[in-house]
Amino acid sequence: MIAALERLRPVRRTRTTHARRRESLTALGMATPAVVLLIVFLVVPVALAFALAFTDARLISPTPARFVGLRNFTLLFQDPVFYKSLRNTAYFAAVVVPLQAGLALVLALLVNAKVRGVNFFRTVYFLPVVTSMVVVSLLWTFLYRQDGLVNHVISGLTLGHVHGPDWLGDPATAMPAIILMSVWQGVGFHMIIWLAGLQTIPAELYEAADLDGAARWHRFLHVTWPGLRATRTFVLVTITIAAFSLFTQIRVMTQGGPLDSTTTVVYQAVHTGYDQQQTAYAAAISLAFFVLVLSVSLVQRFLTREKD
Amino acid sequence: MASVALAAATALVAGCATGSGDSASGASGNTLTLWTHNAGNSAELDVVKKIIKEFNGSQSTYKVKLQAFPQSDYNNSVVAAASAHKLPCLLDVDGPNVPNWAWGGYLSPIDVSGSQVPLSDQLPSTVGRYKNKVYGFGFYDVALTHFARKSVLNKYDIRIPTTDKPWTKDEFDSALAKLKKGGKFAYPLEMGTGGSGEWWPYAYSPQLESFGGDLIDRDGYKTASGTLDGKNSQEWATWFRSLVAKGYIAKKSGADPNKDFLAGKSAIQWDGSWNAAKNADKLGDDLAIIPPVDFGNGPKIGGASWQWAMSSTCSNKAGAQAWLKFSRQTKYFVDYAKATGTLPGTDAAAKQVEGYQPGGKFNVLVQYARKYAVVRPVTPAYPYISTEFQKAAQDILAGADPKNALGQAAKDIDNNLKTNNNYAG
Repeated sequence: MIAALERLRPVRRTRTTHARRRESLTALGMATPAVVLLIVFLVVPVALAFALAFTDARLISPTPARFVGLRNFTLLFQDPVFYKSLRNTAYFAAVVVPLQAGLALVLALLVNAKVRGVNFFRTVYFLPVVTSMVVVSLLWTFLYRQDGLVNHVISGLTLGHVHGPDWLGDPATAMPAIILMSVWQGVGFHMIIWLAGLQTIPAELYEAADLDGAARWHRFLHVTWPGLRATRTFVLVTITIAAFSLFTQIRVMTQGGPLDSTTTVVYQAVHTGYDQQQTAYAAAISLAFFVLVLSVSLVQRFLTREKD
Repeated sequence: MASVALAAATALVAGCATGSGDSASGASGNTLTLWTHNAGNSAELDVVKKIIKEFNGSQSTYKVKLQAFPQSDYNNSVVAAASAHKLPCLLDVDGPNVPNWAWGGYLSPIDVSGSQVPLSDQLPSTVGRYKNKVYGFGFYDVALTHFARKSVLNKYDIRIPTTDKPWTKDEFDSALAKLKKGGKFAYPLEMGTGGSGEWWPYAYSPQLESFGGDLIDRDGYKTASGTLDGKNSQEWATWFRSLVAKGYIAKKSGADPNKDFLAGKSAIQWDGSWNAAKNADKLGDDLAIIPPVDFGNGPKIGGASWQWAMSSTCSNKAGAQAWLKFSRQTKYFVDYAKATGTLPGTDAAAKQVEGYQPGGKFNVLVQYARKYAVVRPVTPAYPYISTEFQKAAQDILAGADPKNALGQAAKDIDNNLKTNNNYAG
């Protein structure tokens, strides 16, 4: 009996290792396309950007790039436009993150109600998300003109007493105008995420809360909000990263102007890299941007970590 | 017509590098590839097609194959193709970019001696030179000019200037003041401030030069400080800003400034010669074509438009030169000017283009191009200078302090020159 078991054991072992090896081969095969794409389009460019930041590489040049040490960073930290870009990026993120996340949650709560026609509203709120940002930006550029629709509406509502400004041409209103449009465009996406989170909260909890006689507000505070914990972190992180990489709207609508009031870090990197042919300088800006996003993400991870 | 040179840099840069199926040499055997920025501009593209067809039919050795790009993506496509070593044999290039592309090793000097039209017959601004070598030539140029209605100027008692006696700065300012005071025009002057890209340096740096300033010290092209932010340049900037402050121009013009002028929204328009024929059609004899204002240093306009060149990597340079030489026939200079409403590059051609012949109603524009044209700085740094000037001018209109805006631009340009070792090599 024991001898028989002894004889069986090695056989069984080979079968498992064999199966395991086949399994890992399959896994490897399935992962390869994604891994190759990641390496080619993410790892290599990022590594290149890091290396280029310390050279004098240019988009057009007869001479090969030379190592120049920290020169690009010295220039960058003396560049007044870079500080404006940082400030504008921070401003945009600071307003958009709470505004878009909050508005998306409100919309999600509204369209989570069990009333007729709710699908219609879900579609309406989601519509801007599936429209290209370039198209949205072009359309809103027209809306925001001095003689555009927005000002016509303002003038109509106030019976001609208030004439709106040239929204994108005024340093005071350009960034708020872009923020408003960006939130309008992006809010639908996060509404869907919140909605998914809301629907994972078990109905029994609400029933129990009702039995306890909890008011609407208390129900939200003690059932809904804690139930959205994981969703909250996801929404926070995705909106923050999207806000930091603000670019398309700026490129199409204002090109960083007027008076640098809408220039952002990513816009500045693209502008110096392509329009001004300063590849290495653009790489230095990208590196600074990478450090910025990384540190903000780490802080967020720390703040939203599992405390128990 | 002046290119929107460094327009939107898009992902297309990457896309186009692999888009061309040609070999690295820009030619396979005796079949040469030719790139042009004219996709979507059928009038000009048809002339290119005609030259190619007649060249291919005129001999049996070489064959030229056309590939057209939309103007807004053309420069990016060329830059991407160059990095991938896939430039075509023949390509067109916007005049001010010739030094940059020649320095970058994209272009090869050309020898077109012995062609029907000698280079010396051409408007100087239509020949692309860098370091005493010819890299490109164009069939046409454009001129900046003021358009106005004679009836309006007479009504406001404003002198209609001639080529011999252009408006002075004071005359121009008082004319604008009169028009503004009349109340009929919200903005009496139309400067096309809604434009973008290369329009800014093309349209406004000649005015800066007429004030006595410049984009860079042209002696050696080693520094912009003291020139771009010098006293004369600051005077230009202050004047430029005052146009907005006094309500003479819109901070941002409409989408089609020429349409607004023809509709009577503005009294005087600062525009290119490409609208001359259209304006003459609409306004007839009432149209006044007015020379640029003399702000103290003589009237100035920009020079150089699109030109033809040969790539340095071309594997069949004999074929490419053959095409370039073949194209240099007076009839093609005529075809180009007629098709695009531009100024013929030679006097011989001008004689054959209705309106541009001596005594013709548009001949003054040819004279402007001969007398007033200043090419943009002939340095590989030009694309950078262009973006910096554009930003400074836009900031000044938006209310920035003229001295600071120009000072920052000059400083940035100097930094760029320094870190690029003054574009030696």
